[in-house]
Amino acid sequence: MPLRALGSEQQLTSFVIRRLLYAIPMLILVSFVSFVIINLPPGDYLTTMRQQLESQAGLTREEAMLIAERMAARYGLDRPFMVQYFEWIKGIVTRGDFGYSFHYNRPVSEVLWQRLGWTLLIATTCHMVSVGIGVLVGIFSATHKYSLLDNVFTVLSFLGLSTPNFFLALLIMYYLAFHVKTHVGGLFSTEYVMAPWSWAKFGDFLKHFWVPVFVVGLAGTAQNMRVMRGKLLDVLNSQYVETARAKGLPERVVIFKHAVRNAIQPIIMYLGMSLPFLIQGEVIASIVLNLPPIGPAFHIALVNQDMYLAGSFLLMIAVVLIVGNLLADLLLAWMDPRVRYE
Amino acid sequence: MSRQVSIPKDKPIVDLKELTEEKLAVGRTLTQRQLIWRRFRRHRLGVLGAVVVLILAVLSIFAPFFAPYDYTKPEYRHAYVPPQRVRFIDSEGNFHWRPFVYGLKYGVDEVTWQRVYVEDPETIYPISFFVRGWEYNLFGLIKSDIHLIGVERPGTLYLLGTDHLGRDLFSRILFGGRVSIFIGLMGATISAAVGSFIGGVSGYFSGKVDSIIQRIVELLQLFPQLPLMMALSAAIPTTWPPLGVFIGVVVVMTLVQWTYLAREVRGKVLSYREADFVLAAKVAGAKDLYIIIQHIIPNCLSHIIVVLTITIPNLILAESSLSFLGLGIQPPMVSWGVLLRNASNLQTIGQYPWIMIPGVVILITILAFNFLGDGLRDAADPYGN
Repeated sequence: MPLRALGSEQQLTSFVIRRLLYAIPMLILVSFVSFVIINLPPGDYLTTMRQQLESQAGLTREEAMLIAERMAARYGLDRPFMVQYFEWIKGIVTRGDFGYSFHYNRPVSEVLWQRLGWTLLIATTCHMVSVGIGVLVGIFSATHKYSLLDNVFTVLSFLGLSTPNFFLALLIMYYLAFHVKTHVGGLFSTEYVMAPWSWAKFGDFLKHFWVPVFVVGLAGTAQNMRVMRGKLLDVLNSQYVETARAKGLPERVVIFKHAVRNAIQPIIMYLGMSLPFLIQGEVIASIVLNLPPIGPAFHIALVNQDMYLAGSFLLMIAVVLIVGNLLADLLLAWMDPRVRYE
Repeated sequence: MSRQVSIPKDKPIVDLKELTEEKLAVGRTLTQRQLIWRRFRRHRLGVLGAVVVLILAVLSIFAPFFAPYDYTKPEYRHAYVPPQRVRFIDSEGNFHWRPFVYGLKYGVDEVTWQRVYVEDPETIYPISFFVRGWEYNLFGLIKSDIHLIGVERPGTLYLLGTDHLGRDLFSRILFGGRVSIFIGLMGATISAAVGSFIGGVSGYFSGKVDSIIQRIVELLQLFPQLPLMMALSAAIPTTWPPLGVFIGVVVVMTLVQWTYLAREVRGKVLSYREADFVLAAKVAGAKDLYIIIQHIIPNCLSHIIVVLTITIPNLILAESSLSFLGLGIQPPMVSWGVLLRNASNLQTIGQYPWIMIPGVVILITILAFNFLGDGLRDAADPYGN
């Protein structure tokens, strides 16, 4: 019982410290796995580059070899696997250098940071929308069980969970382009792409922004709705809800103060767990919709075996997820003291 | 809480409420399987899902029989033919018992200078059943050229239109379904086998083994599924033959998917480890292996099947996304994802919207599997409320 002797604040602090310490070995392992995965494809970028130099730039075999060797020496590609890995990590930790993107001809960090911002923006927006709408609709469905609207929502949620992201993106693009006849794809209309930020540009941005949010957020909303509905139905059957009703509390108070507070817990637990699904939806949707986030660049990097770029993306996604899980755990510990004892 | 039941959990308990509902003779006990079946039958969406899945299975297994055309054979003169309407009433208002299609006339769009096809109400091609067509080899055993439907040449029967090479989309969807569904099924089964084994070991032995396995699982789950699958399938050499790529994709899916099944099974095994009936078996002197095989696995089995059913649509979805992005199945093998690759260009789908139909088929399939999984999940726990 030593923990019980501590104050609630101290418990929370010790929980936070434990979780933070646990995240460190995870980060190391994740970086290693990312590096292994990007080294899996047979052949490497240098071979491709050499062939390109020979066929397109018209260099001789020797000249192309020389350039490839220089590149290899510069980025340590001629050294053993483990050394390469440590060099990569050293660069990231000490200089924020994620390596060089052969495809974009720029440092990976440049390609990475500008895209990661968009990814996080879309992912967090989707998260908030899907939790907000999902929980509200879930509450409505549970309190109006088997009504017409409940059935409609149930069918819609099944549809939402079953539609492939990329197909949904295609359908919306088709609809917007040929029925509504507006500009689709990207986050801005052509005339605003290079323009500085203004209210008009912001309005144009919103007109484009809802598409990826809808595509990516639909499945999450459906999932949250189903979880919320199921859990709330369970809770509404419990005795303390009956007690609350017997006391003569208004229905609104019974539902929102007694039932929803207990039913919402799995949603918070899923906050961290559903992040991977949002990010993967975002990756696919942005490839189809040709958006600036990491999706298309990740795809290009994989197809071209631009390994530092692909690996760094994988690493960054995983890091975002570790941080997301950490935040969700902390939120849960803050809301539910029982979690801190584990 | 209500009364304590001291009967072992793996023996059926007769639920009195259900008995009165079903007007069963008092005293008859039902096996677990019967209970599950009875509960499942009452889940309407689940039954609907099961029926659709069954139809899809039959269509895929006997794809060459149902396909009016050879899915690989191009017919350049029939590129991008829109879906043909099957009719019963002709232009003069006469009703025909035998459904028919109109012949096609070539035309040119005056504005875009593109080939268009116009229906010609003068020529009528009645649809015949069990007709001879292209030759196929069912399962490599039965050689035949009988197809369910077809029309006489030069009439055409493109129920869902054709693609850019004039190949019949309906036939291609049937054959694509073979690959897509089979990948989902195989990936899910192997994942379930690997996952149950590792999850079972993890749950039963607990302690150090458990904690190491759980760390590995957590590590793999930190990566979002689809990007991880994308990265792994990028490692499949493009020089491999289609069958090699197919196996590669299944392996990639299994590598990523088993962790989720391992988690589920471990949780179940852990809960049964402490259950009364295991304790009873232990007290009665049963050995560990006997307890696992005779008591724990049968109890987990229904759960494993449910998780398997839910995994299949996930993998079908994953396969179609991978193939759509060019990282999965490669032509000439077709899957639904491969078929949709032609639909990735906005201009193309604007002119020929029917090439998006494979997406609708994917949607229906996944929906059906999800309904089925939902129904099974509710039924698998016959003692729950």
